[in-house]
Amino acid sequence: MTRKRVHLAAHFPGVNNTTVWTDPRAGSQIDFASFAHLARTAERGGFDFFFLAEGLRLRELKGRIHDLDVVGRPESLTVLSALAAVTDRLGLAGTVNATFNEPYELARRLATLDHLSQGRAAWNVVTTSDAFTGENFRRGGFLDRADRYRRAAEFVRLSRELWDSWQPDAVVADPETGRFVREGGIGDVAHHGEHFSIEGRFTVPRSPQGHPVIIQAGDSDEGREFAASTADVIFSRHGTLDDGRAFYSDVKRRLARYGRRPRELKIMPAATFALGDTEEEAAENAAAIRRQQVGPQTAIAFLEQVWGRDMSAYDPDGPFPDVEPDLSEDLSQGRVPFGDRAAVAAKWRALAQEKGLTIRELVIEVTGRQTFVGTPQSVARQIDEHVQADAADGFILVPHLIPGGLDEFVERVVPLLRERGAVRTGYTGTTLREHLFDDESESEPS
Amino acid sequence: MTLHLAVALDGAGWHPAAWRELTAAPQAIFSPAYWAGLVTEAEQGLLDFVTIEDALGPQSTLTDGFDDRTDQVRGRFDAVLLAARLAPLTRYVGLVPTATTTHTEPFHVAVGIATLDHVSGGRAGWRPQVSPRAAEARHFGRREFPPLDRLLPQEGLNRPGGLDLSADPHVRDLFAEAADAVEVARRLWDSWEDDAVIRDAATGRFVDRDKLHPVDFAGSRFSVKGPSITPRPPQGQPVVTALAHARLPYEFAAACADVVYVTPHSAEQAHAIVTEIRALSADLKIFADLVVFLGEHAARRKARLDELDGAVFTSDAAIFTGTAGELADLLLEWQRAGVQGFRLRPGGLPHDLRQITRGLTAELRGRGSFRGAYESRTLRGLLGLPRPASRYAEAS
Repeated sequence: MTRKRVHLAAHFPGVNNTTVWTDPRAGSQIDFASFAHLARTAERGGFDFFFLAEGLRLRELKGRIHDLDVVGRPESLTVLSALAAVTDRLGLAGTVNATFNEPYELARRLATLDHLSQGRAAWNVVTTSDAFTGENFRRGGFLDRADRYRRAAEFVRLSRELWDSWQPDAVVADPETGRFVREGGIGDVAHHGEHFSIEGRFTVPRSPQGHPVIIQAGDSDEGREFAASTADVIFSRHGTLDDGRAFYSDVKRRLARYGRRPRELKIMPAATFALGDTEEEAAENAAAIRRQQVGPQTAIAFLEQVWGRDMSAYDPDGPFPDVEPDLSEDLSQGRVPFGDRAAVAAKWRALAQEKGLTIRELVIEVTGRQTFVGTPQSVARQIDEHVQADAADGFILVPHLIPGGLDEFVERVVPLLRERGAVRTGYTGTTLREHLFDDESESEPS
Repeated sequence: MTLHLAVALDGAGWHPAAWRELTAAPQAIFSPAYWAGLVTEAEQGLLDFVTIEDALGPQSTLTDGFDDRTDQVRGRFDAVLLAARLAPLTRYVGLVPTATTTHTEPFHVAVGIATLDHVSGGRAGWRPQVSPRAAEARHFGRREFPPLDRLLPQEGLNRPGGLDLSADPHVRDLFAEAADAVEVARRLWDSWEDDAVIRDAATGRFVDRDKLHPVDFAGSRFSVKGPSITPRPPQGQPVVTALAHARLPYEFAAACADVVYVTPHSAEQAHAIVTEIRALSADLKIFADLVVFLGEHAARRKARLDELDGAVFTSDAAIFTGTAGELADLLLEWQRAGVQGFRLRPGGLPHDLRQITRGLTAELRGRGSFRGAYESRTLRGLLGLPRPASRYAEAS
């Protein structure tokens, strides 16, 4: 029986409560050694790529900087470029905002990263329209959702025009003939579109991948369409089996409209995990991690985001409060909103009542569940089954600890995935595109 | 008094035909290994730092606009990313990329340089540069600039000593914007106090938010709220450097930079420039730029390169041809005129870099004028610049 290969990626722990900093093993969120440790671990595990998120303004709650989670991170592409020096094969994916950058400059930085990593660069294209983040930038906050995607799509198209403007053989550097660049090897670019109007000449020779890999994370209809037309990888939120299968079939179905085959877009949901020697121990570990992730103050902070009011008078270990949310107030800035807060509040209250949960227990219940919990054997099996069942092409693993959060996974789960023939035993290519797409000949279990 | 030595790295070197020398590696210019070789060579020579050139448009023999020459190096990497790529491969040498202030987002540049300081353990610098060219403005399509060549004489920007554009209102505007960009960067670097991260499990607080500060900058070209997304860099503030040929950039450097590169063509000019700058700033480190062709046959080498290029090489900086010993004499003479360091632009790479790291440093050391070992792990430490306290920290 042929089987799909499982693609794995490593998400550097982010500035949210998934990342546990109170654990004695938790290290620096900013020292280069932390990034190098996680990247090298991922490379040891044969992962396709290392992933960095981005946030261009510190998150706030109740008008003050949110101080309960890890805060502070580097500029994505700069730290990835440094990581290119301490890794050989691992793809290097950075989240960079299409709203607060200009195509000429960003295309140049991505092409540079692709050269400096010898073909391992990826760009996770995100957009923002909130004026809160815009306050750090020349161009401020603007554009509604549809416009944001149109801008992002035009941004990517224009980047590709710039990347294509140097012929692959433009640089000849032949001292004999005295030709450094081939006649006609560098083309001029003229682009006049809805969001960008530029003319001129690009400054970076065509990079090893030609086009750095494009990742997309939006979930809306516009986001899915943008991914189907443009992206190489989707970073999705749909990690459960049923949810994942529905998303997978929806997005893969859209590809034909753009003349693309299903395998040309890899779907990789975010996934968390907890391991143990037995199923019981894994479940205990998972519960302990969730308690670390939702401390008493964090539980109250979650409540305040949904309720839109100060809830600091409530006991996090006491009964769930019976008050109405204030929908006129949004206390949270700089993070993904909760959507329909009235509905969320009603759901939380009903669940707390039904199960008799305290505030903290409820928040743990609704926010903290890990994607994969079990022994290394069962986690390897679950991951493989999700992929074979077309709920995903692989996963972007989000460890809860910096920098050692993937150590155990790579030491204990990856060998089992290799035994199953689910992941490569080593890198077969040198570029990220090869890692992602050179599995056309599907492997047999060994 | 020992002097400071830096090298300015760019392509195959500063002569446009340098890539055609037998010792050059023109095929490798766009490989990481090439740059790794250059920067480790600089570190083995105990140099203070390397700078990396950059621009938001390709190289050109025209003042504004692109030529179609195929016989010169075209193409460059983003210098900040290149510097970051080199950081893990080195331990002591400073890394000073060029980044334009004109079309870039000041927030991104500040955070990028802060990140370079983190990944290098305190060895980052920055050379902010204005981009007055209309052709580069068209790469962004947000602002229309008048063509730059309207201001220039025949020999363009490479006129010896550089060109004084101080009177032009467009150029003045760009320098004012650059000053704002540096001000924002320094505020953002200070916006996290050194001890902002507290990791206090008892109260559940990771940071002390009273030690994170908005920067609240509002200028005519941009506003930045802050604070930075990146914790305070190891050096507090990375080292800011500026190339300056005339009164306006001298004022910019005095107000905004820690190090200035100037372009005298004689010891007398060096003395005059130092006097002018010292009247503006007592603390600014003054470096002189020189293009250098080194070795027994340096003059003949340069002449051959001129012939290949079809033009006599000119530069804003003085051009030196001679042996490492002769160059040491010249540097010490200019040092007596008040210059504290030199940024040498190798005519050809890697040849002239090796002449610097292996020949010149030994000559200077023999005269008691250059270090025998690195004395610091940070760029500020090498340059004798103190680590600044955050402007937002309350004096305790």
